[in-house]
Amino acid sequence: MASKKQLIELTVNGVRREGLAEPRKTLADFLRDDLELTGTHLGCEHGVCGACTVMVNGEAVRSCLMFAVQANGQEIITIEGIATGGKLHPVQEAFWECHGMQCGFCTPGFVMSVYAFLTENPDPKEEEIRPALSGNICRCTGYQNIVNAVRLAAEKMREASAAPVPASIME
Amino acid sequence: MKPAPFEYFAPTSVEETCALLAHYSDDAKILAGGQSLVPLLALRLAQPAVLIDINPVRELDYIQASDAGLSIGARTRHRTLERSPVVREQFPLLSAAVEWVGHPQIRNRGTVGGSLVHADPAAELPALALALDATFTVVDSSGSRRTLKSDEFFVSFLTTALDTGELLREVSFPALPVGSGWSFMEVARRHGDFALVGVAATVTLDNARTCTGAHIALFGVGETTVRSRSTEQALIGQKPDEQVIAVAASEVVNDIHPLSDIHATAAYRKYVARNLVEQALTEAVQRAR
Repeated sequence: MASKKQLIELTVNGVRREGLAEPRKTLADFLRDDLELTGTHLGCEHGVCGACTVMVNGEAVRSCLMFAVQANGQEIITIEGIATGGKLHPVQEAFWECHGMQCGFCTPGFVMSVYAFLTENPDPKEEEIRPALSGNICRCTGYQNIVNAVRLAAEKMREASAAPVPASIME
Repeated sequence: MKPAPFEYFAPTSVEETCALLAHYSDDAKILAGGQSLVPLLALRLAQPAVLIDINPVRELDYIQASDAGLSIGARTRHRTLERSPVVREQFPLLSAAVEWVGHPQIRNRGTVGGSLVHADPAAELPALALALDATFTVVDSSGSRRTLKSDEFFVSFLTTALDTGELLREVSFPALPVGSGWSFMEVARRHGDFALVGVAATVTLDNARTCTGAHIALFGVGETTVRSRSTEQALIGQKPDEQVIAVAASEVVNDIHPLSDIHATAAYRKYVARNLVEQALTEAVQRAR
């Protein structure tokens, strides 16, 4: 027996969105199924892999551990919202240039975590990088190129004087 | 896997929360950060009929510091603690430990109260509560309060002294006495994993550098976090040099009863605990001023 659906109104990537969902529907599933933003991935659905990482009110969170009803009235940024006007965000460019991905399944989660990390800590010390990524698992790369991508992304973001919080304009 | 259906409420005050607890009692679980609860729901290890979401209860989100110590509202997120300059200054042991709690995404949602009430024996905050003699303010569904001391709060595996229908409001940490040093050490396979073994220690020395007090709390070593009274007793009244510390650390095996699991054997945990306590005591004594 399902429980009654609730109306959810929220801002995703700068755009007002709404939908109906049972309270037990996770934010991850709501983004993917109801809002058709399938860039956020489901790796484990119990909070260990980080593939579902999105920004909620400026903080990186595991969207599989939040219910969509909890996101009512909040501001969400997903991987779809990181690039602006068709131009890749410096974090995305860095992952590309450093070959920081292979199958790409973990990549949206990593990009969101790195984006959150570098926004708060634009000039990280080397020993701060891996702990900052500890909430994201990759089965392909062995992490070294991901770490390289973080370093390059930090450099790019400092050069560009850090991009403001992006709102995606769908082209 | 997806959680089973539940009824959902999002109160905005402690009063409203208590009214819901009074009404739904056994059928309800409090949802705070959700970093421990939601995985249980997703794996269907728990299927509460009702979830009471206290994220909107802002009155429980605070850090109050005074000369007497620190009071933290139960709904305060780990990340708030991590970023707090006043905590870093007055309670560096808390700042050091909270960086080991899970991962950044977990700390952004997870709460101090949630971690304490969940009472995972491998978690950091329960050990801090023991090491710092925390007191817990609890409110029942009629709104009346009681306080619990740290040594009565953690009962067994994932079990605290909270009764059905009770809500943790606040945890308070008294200021450390003058002449105290601290140390926090954890062994985990990856940073942010549950601890294999961890220790939170405080040591107080008088002007003659004689130990007048010690709190050594271990986690990952049994069904709950535990204080090693044997180690503490071996220190008090002594001047803690290398020899005294080594002997005191060897006493820790009397107080811990670790389990073997897929991550580590009991023997390994005992071995590591002894070494970790020795290192932590050395560091705490060095810091004692």
